[in-house]
Amino acid sequence: MTSTMPDADVLDATLRAALRTGGDFAEVFVEDRRSSRARFDDGKVEELVSGRLSGAGIRVRSGSSVGFAHTADLTPAGLHNAARTAAAAARAGGSQASSAKLARQQAPAPNEVTVAPDAVAKARKVALLQLADEAARAEGSAISQVACLYGDSHRSILVANSDGLLASDEQVKTLFSVSAVAVGDTGMQTGRESVGRTVGFELFDTVDVTNLARTAARRALRKLEARPAPSGAMPVVIGPGGGGVLFHEACGHGLEADLIAKEASVFGGRIGEQVANPMVTLIDDGTMATEWGCYAIDDEGRPAQRNVLIADGVLMDYMWDRLRADRADRSTSSGNGRRESYQHLPMVRMTNTYIANGDSEPDDIVADTPNGVYVAHLGGGQVNTATGDFVFGMTEAYLIEDGRLTAPIRDGNLIGNGPEVLMLIDALGNDFAMGSPGTCGKDGQGVPVGDGTPTLRVQRLTVGGTAA
Amino acid sequence: MHDDDLGGEALAALGDRVVAQAAPGEQIEVVLVHSAETEVRAWEGEVESFASATAHGVGIRVVSDQRQGFAHAGSHDEAIVAETLAAARDNAAFGTADEFLGVAEPDGMAVPEMDLYRPDLAATDPETKIRMALELERAVREGDRRICGVESADYVDALSVGAVVTSTGIRSVGRDSSCYLSVYSLAADGDETQTGFGFSVGRGIEDLDLQQAAEDAVERAVRLLGAGKPASRRTTVVFDPWVTAQFLGIVGSTLSGEAVLKRRSLFADRLGETVAAPFFTLTDDPTDTAAFGASETDGEGLATRRNELMAAGVLQRFLHNSYTGRRSGTASTGSAVRGYAGTPGVGCMALTVVPGDAAPDELIAGVDDGVLVQGVSGLHSGVNPVSGDFSTGAEGLLIRRGELAEPIREFTVASTLQRMLLDVEAVGSDLTRLPMTAAGVTLVVADVTVSGK
Repeated sequence: MTSTMPDADVLDATLRAALRTGGDFAEVFVEDRRSSRARFDDGKVEELVSGRLSGAGIRVRSGSSVGFAHTADLTPAGLHNAARTAAAAARAGGSQASSAKLARQQAPAPNEVTVAPDAVAKARKVALLQLADEAARAEGSAISQVACLYGDSHRSILVANSDGLLASDEQVKTLFSVSAVAVGDTGMQTGRESVGRTVGFELFDTVDVTNLARTAARRALRKLEARPAPSGAMPVVIGPGGGGVLFHEACGHGLEADLIAKEASVFGGRIGEQVANPMVTLIDDGTMATEWGCYAIDDEGRPAQRNVLIADGVLMDYMWDRLRADRADRSTSSGNGRRESYQHLPMVRMTNTYIANGDSEPDDIVADTPNGVYVAHLGGGQVNTATGDFVFGMTEAYLIEDGRLTAPIRDGNLIGNGPEVLMLIDALGNDFAMGSPGTCGKDGQGVPVGDGTPTLRVQRLTVGGTAA
Repeated sequence: MHDDDLGGEALAALGDRVVAQAAPGEQIEVVLVHSAETEVRAWEGEVESFASATAHGVGIRVVSDQRQGFAHAGSHDEAIVAETLAAARDNAAFGTADEFLGVAEPDGMAVPEMDLYRPDLAATDPETKIRMALELERAVREGDRRICGVESADYVDALSVGAVVTSTGIRSVGRDSSCYLSVYSLAADGDETQTGFGFSVGRGIEDLDLQQAAEDAVERAVRLLGAGKPASRRTTVVFDPWVTAQFLGIVGSTLSGEAVLKRRSLFADRLGETVAAPFFTLTDDPTDTAAFGASETDGEGLATRRNELMAAGVLQRFLHNSYTGRRSGTASTGSAVRGYAGTPGVGCMALTVVPGDAAPDELIAGVDDGVLVQGVSGLHSGVNPVSGDFSTGAEGLLIRRGELAEPIREFTVASTLQRMLLDVEAVGSDLTRLPMTAAGVTLVVADVTVSGK
């Protein structure tokens, strides 16, 4: 396939056109994304899909207003037209900035990609799916359906702005997931497992897809025996990896500077305060090699960073994109300016968000919990940052009775309030692990994110089941 | 962009050129879309952002030797379309042979003629759109002294034209326009903050009710101030239309022929059985022009039609695209749903519960002890449409002796989809059009578990 990233002269001319009628800042974001996915479902290779999305988004800032336009036409004329549209949308005004000479900036990639997915025969990708399907079905005759998904993407981005920045990145990601359905006397149950990394096909040198398949199938099978989840407030222990979703929702979103600026976060104005139990250190790290949310540069051209958000329970900083950093008179963003594609404006987003290890033995945490719920696998969540109320789903969970894991329980949501839950964390294990690859949605845009935690306990969370 | 600039005929002509390349024994289906969007966001009396964009997309499906391949691209450039066709053909070689695969065949159903496109919207100048967003924000800020901020106030419109052309003789072109206002409000009292939202949706600007959107956003946020956690118990819940629409969307997903064939539907094998309360009638009717999901044709270019899914509580049918229809020994119900970047799935487009006679306040008056749920969160994480387990975060108001009482938050409501449908006690008369697959209506459901303190 042809790829025609515009050269520096074209980018320079585009930036000049964007600022011709005024404006304080202009930016061109070019993206060329190739993706492929293969789905094995119902015992068949159901589809192989190839995708291509390329184009440019142009942003012009003028005073407090931002104009944005995008185009799939990467010719000089196409970019020029989009630049004029963005300029018109920015409502002329502000200063008359000029565009600085573009200078190429390099940022280190978090890791190398050794086997480019588009160089791998499609037959090899399909063969992995078949292996996984067979492994899941071999777990038991109660497994009634299996769906396996392979996906890869290669995203080339190029950012140029009127400060003279010119930076590019190649972002390669590979994903594999298995979903199983088990059927028994009590109806159907589901189990899922997935792995996703910012690497190429070498992912499968270290990840055995049959293990993923067995994990997914066992989750579904175990739940055939599951009881309805309990209802009400109780201690909740979350297994290694899984708790990342809790922090992503309980405080991650609330530490995004755009929501802080709009006074839509319970964490506004609380820098330097104790916001969590002193055992909690929360980090957002876009440099974390091979993880699902890593990159060399963000979608505004800024190198990824490791940002400590909460240190020993004290709130240290928020996450920033270019716009919010400028408005707060900070010299730079924190490398958290991201967008779903060239068709979107960037905003503040998380990368890989995790809690550092504590020092408890995970088994002791469970043994010290007389009664409650143990959540082994989570299924996503949602937060209202203004109130701090958040939910997350449990897709593999057990009752804790007399300090031991007992009966599996059915799927459901848990609900809590972010600032309260951070203070109610009273045990942190020494078994840190990253969780499943996620897609974080905000204001209609989805971006890949990672998260991780050791085993942890929250003294009190409301479990949303039906059992008394 | 002007009325005819969307170029529906040009899209279909491009599709013609692609399907003309079908080899003997090969089927080709081309989906083409062209859309233009404007999005204005206001904040603190100024335009925070103004985005203006046009987008193109092409998706090509090839079926040969009973194998299917697909590819898509975000461009109508002839060279890229040619690459996309080549990629789809190459992909087909790796699919599993399946005798039921194939693009849709013309089925003789007349395509309904519907007024879904307002040329006036295309001609609306940017200043008018900006004024709408600014006015929306102002109306919310001035709506109540406890409103302390507006997180976002947006005016959004979209004009789109799409074409589906197949080598089997389907050639459909459709276009539509839509616009909406949406606003997220913040209300504060002391240290406490609550949020609300309001919206209005239409095909043209004249359909939008800015005052109503603003009033909803104010009321929803302000009435939650002072909210606490409710005690855990089993009780009757009243779903606000917005919540009902989300609930119906999940119910609708379990009725897809694809879920049935793949044994992932909890209603498989239950056709003709009573699955809901005796007054519960559920239809999917994209031919209803007033529905947000109204459409003349489905994702495979077949005419849409009215499908009755449940009648008086009895399960009537599942929805099908051409593949699931053939494999189930029946035919497509005109229910293929897709974007240009994917193969056709099966789904609802315009779900509606036939409304009842009672207004929402009459329904509330009939509840001695219960909860009005005005918002839910985490439907994607706490509802399992395969097992039927239903658990969602919620906020709303207590109902005591038939009247709305204290606000409540940070609780969940839980049951199963199977039980909730049977436990529906009443359907309101307040059919509400929402920017979703389903229309909303007030719904009373008995015996749901509320988990709080």
